[in-house]
Amino acid sequence: MSLATLVRLAALGLLLAFLLSPQSFAPWFAPLAPSGAPPIYDQGNLLHLAAAQLATVCCAAAASTLVAVALGILVTRPSGAQFLPLSRTLVNIGQTFPPVAVLAVTVPLVGFGERPTLIALFAYGLLPIFENTLTGLKTCPPAVLEAASGMGMSARQRLLAVELPLAMPLILAGIRLSLVINVGTATIGSTVAAKGLGEVIIAGLLSNNTAFILQGGLLTGLMAILLYDSLAALERRVCRTVRLD
Amino acid sequence: MITLEGLSKRYGATTVVDNVSLQVERNSITAIVGTSGSGKSTLLRMINRLVEPSAGRVLLEGTDTTLEPAYLLRRRIGYVIQGYGLFPHRTVAENIATVPRLLGWSDSRIRARVEELLRVFQLDPEAYARALPYQLSGGQQQRVGVARALAAEPAVLLMDEPFGALDPIIRAKAQEDLLDIQRRFGTTIVLVTHDMDEAFRLGHQVAVMSQGRLLQYDRPAVLLTRPADPLVSRMTGIADRALKLLSLTTAGEVALAGRCEGPAVAATASLREVLSELVWHGASAASVIGEDGEPRGHLTVAAILAHGRP
Repeated sequence: MSLATLVRLAALGLLLAFLLSPQSFAPWFAPLAPSGAPPIYDQGNLLHLAAAQLATVCCAAAASTLVAVALGILVTRPSGAQFLPLSRTLVNIGQTFPPVAVLAVTVPLVGFGERPTLIALFAYGLLPIFENTLTGLKTCPPAVLEAASGMGMSARQRLLAVELPLAMPLILAGIRLSLVINVGTATIGSTVAAKGLGEVIIAGLLSNNTAFILQGGLLTGLMAILLYDSLAALERRVCRTVRLD
Repeated sequence: MITLEGLSKRYGATTVVDNVSLQVERNSITAIVGTSGSGKSTLLRMINRLVEPSAGRVLLEGTDTTLEPAYLLRRRIGYVIQGYGLFPHRTVAENIATVPRLLGWSDSRIRARVEELLRVFQLDPEAYARALPYQLSGGQQQRVGVARALAAEPAVLLMDEPFGALDPIIRAKAQEDLLDIQRRFGTTIVLVTHDMDEAFRLGHQVAVMSQGRLLQYDRPAVLLTRPADPLVSRMTGIADRALKLLSLTTAGEVALAGRCEGPAVAATASLREVLSELVWHGASAASVIGEDGEPRGHLTVAAILAHGRP
């Protein structure tokens, strides 16, 4: 077993152990908690919070992927090329607007809870997926595209059988980037009552409990790293079959 | 038979192809030659409608090609390009099966056809069917490109600089293979090249293009002996035109009756090769031997030289 696999398994083991049995880590965090305060977050189940955060992130990423890939396909078709500047502007706005600001704007519109967080994460995650889809579709080798058309593929067949498979490694990389950014960003959703590990961090900030802040951050970080790693492995598998030389 | 009638292509004010008409006979090889920017590739691409003509029309066996959707037309026409454009994410077998799949052939028929083509192109199905394009050499990729174009048994094969990326030895072999394939399947081939030697070697007919116009369309020997335009003789080359003319005739075609002493040459050798042999051996006559090993007659230097002028 390689060292990389060992580190991966250790990280996964640590995350699961903390989520399933947080109290067994109490001695480690006790020195960081103010005297008398609990060293481990006790106002909610960490496992549920982590799962909720992951679910929120995945839902947002699924929506971003759908919209960004669809936009990427649209603007690389001859009929949709004129929408490229517009799409780019929209997607860039999603990225430049800080998620906190998006929360502030959307709460009055859709209320507290998961929904404003989903909207903020969705907007924030569009850019990497869109740009990567665009690059992937635009850098398909011209000879391959010419051959596909020359063989008698319709525009749709060419897109599905040639262009998307060839762009897939880059699209996946965009999704991975977007997911990982959003695992971290999702913690701010707890300021508007979305379920997630942000709750632990905010509780720590309010009660001056460094132990809470640290465990919330640590768990979020571990989740992001493991997610990044497993998606990168998936990409490598796809790249093996979609080899571009 | 392919008929081009007054084909033109204009992009804005630039005319890329200017009123070209020509007829390609069934089961023949036509080479379109020209310098870069002469419009030869555009002309080729108008045949399978990858480029739509600004004026004129293309008839395939007498039927206007615009009567069916372009992508359906292309499934009936083989197409090979420089760089081959093999699908990098698909195996050799899947690449070759592209058009049969589009046409909805049964799996067993596709498998049989792919295997047949791999054998024809000297690629062991065991070793290569599951290989990915990047694992092949340039020559192998080229063969897979041609096999893919021929998979659905098209009556017409269009080739755009198909040998451009090959080294001279592999290229000569690939040209030889193409002639074999053409004889075997009786495919009508239209081939674009900038290499006049390649055009002479492969083309039954050669079309010479310059600046979008068709300068001359004729048999190679006629291009040498009766060039229609000074540019044609410049492109065919004047310095070695006699030798070029000799290379268009084989010994078997013009052998004189009777035997002689002298080096033996194959009936399939060109007069140019026979002459070279005679020079090399300091002989004045050669005996011509058929493929079966039987003598076919002889050739003298004087007889050969007589074929080297109009």
